[in-house]
Amino acid sequence: MPDAPIGMVEGPSSPAFGRLRHPVVLSWRQYRLERKMFWRNPSAAFFNFVLPLLILVGAGAALSGNQHQLNRLVPMIAGMSVMSTTFTALAYNIVFLRERGVLKRIRGTPLPTISYFGGVAANAVTNTALQIAIIVLSGRLLFGIGWPQHWGALIVFVLVGVVCFAALGVAFAHVIPNFESTAAYVNAVFLPVVAISFYVFDSSSAPGFVRTIAEALPLKPLIAGLSGAMVAGKGLGSHLDGLAVIAIWGAFGLYFAVRGFSWETSRT
Amino acid sequence: MNDGGPAIEVRDLHKRYGDYEAVRGIDITVQRGEVFGLLGPNGAGKTTTVEILEGYRKRTSGEVSVLGYDPAGRAIELRRRIGVVLQSGGIYSHITPREALKHWASFYPHPREVEEVLALAGLQEKADERSRKLSGGQLRRLDFALALVGDPELILLDEPTTGFDPEARRAAWETIRSLRALGKTILLTTHYLEEAQALADRVAIVKDGRVLAIGPPRELGVGAAHYRVAYRDPDGELVERETDDPTALLHELTAEALADGRRLEELSVGRPTLEDVYLELTADA
Repeated sequence: MPDAPIGMVEGPSSPAFGRLRHPVVLSWRQYRLERKMFWRNPSAAFFNFVLPLLILVGAGAALSGNQHQLNRLVPMIAGMSVMSTTFTALAYNIVFLRERGVLKRIRGTPLPTISYFGGVAANAVTNTALQIAIIVLSGRLLFGIGWPQHWGALIVFVLVGVVCFAALGVAFAHVIPNFESTAAYVNAVFLPVVAISFYVFDSSSAPGFVRTIAEALPLKPLIAGLSGAMVAGKGLGSHLDGLAVIAIWGAFGLYFAVRGFSWETSRT
Repeated sequence: MNDGGPAIEVRDLHKRYGDYEAVRGIDITVQRGEVFGLLGPNGAGKTTTVEILEGYRKRTSGEVSVLGYDPAGRAIELRRRIGVVLQSGGIYSHITPREALKHWASFYPHPREVEEVLALAGLQEKADERSRKLSGGQLRRLDFALALVGDPELILLDEPTTGFDPEARRAAWETIRSLRALGKTILLTTHYLEEAQALADRVAIVKDGRVLAIGPPRELGVGAAHYRVAYRDPDGELVERETDDPTALLHELTAEALADGRRLEELSVGRPTLEDVYLELTADA
């Protein structure tokens, strides 16, 4: 073999960190990278994280003294946080990475698809878990709500909600044609869903058809389930129909997330 | 490496997008250790062909083998052995080149040292800068680095130096030559004639989804295409002469002019262009 020019490539080398390539290890590495990037991106951290908490604190202060309203507010914010940390965040991220060509580059490497999505999903779960923890703490410390009565039901609803909204977020990314229009597309779904779900959850006088729509969407059942677990002391048993609605949306989302997934921009 | 066959074999490759046929029957064979160039204008089908080899696109028909694999199967084993530089590929904005390379290295069984790859790509000074702060040229170096960190035996480069200034282009050429010196197989696409001449052992000239000619650059009319020397003669007439040896012709012309005490007004030397080569190739056909 001829001599390589000075400062150029030399013989093969294999540092120790390259040895562990099990898909679970690679998933963990992807997860750690996602966490690092999340905290380095102030605007993502703000919108996914700080904003719902600001709403909670703001609305909580306005409703101060009205325990009945506070009891409703906290699970509503918790449900919205599940949606924003998964649906909104993933739709944004996937579209951004797709349009920038990052996904295409990853696709060309031996990183297994399952490891990539494992890391991305674990990142979303971490954000949701952190937010729910902060909301539960705020409820306990600031708004006179005790500790959640049913931890088990809380965990199940958060998990099913995360899977459902994460899958819907990835599926929805496929519909968004370019990064510039992401905010418009995401908000066109997020804001009406949050509005109708909050309204129906909070008001017993909502018109029948509005209630039917809200009950058929996944956010209202999620809020009801979270409310049962966090405030009312109701377990899973009294919210099985709601859980079924969320699960059906989740299955629908997963199907389209996998089927419609596109690794590169459609501009060719 | 032990299966001995060519690194890449493509037989009668066709790719159709709806009504448009981007690739219309391409045949190429790339031997191991060879630098092979796909030379052609934009829209010739170069990128489509390379992306089929990389497993990004499914072919409409034809046979394709890359290191013995059908790339359409997207075998992880194959992806461990190839390095890909896309025509345009993004990278996470909030991590540094060093972090990106460490992460990428973890995908491969026998990666190169990150430091070595940073040096190779000329990125040491920017190694700890967030990638969103890198210039276009620096990001392109990172593309090279990310493709090389897995120590691939076959490297596919899609227009690796498009948009480079001459200095950056020379640096990239040096990198590619050093990879060749290591026995790597390289397939690169380019629309720069001089890039194909400078780097490729063999070139396939493609246009409209077909191979017009294939062989070492010098034998293809790539070398035979003529330089154009132009100037105004004493009567003010614009004269254009074609030559294979511009040095000798210039010497002759300038010696004559100096002896007569006149200037060669509007003297210019034009390098042969891809268009000249096409004209020559299609004129023969």
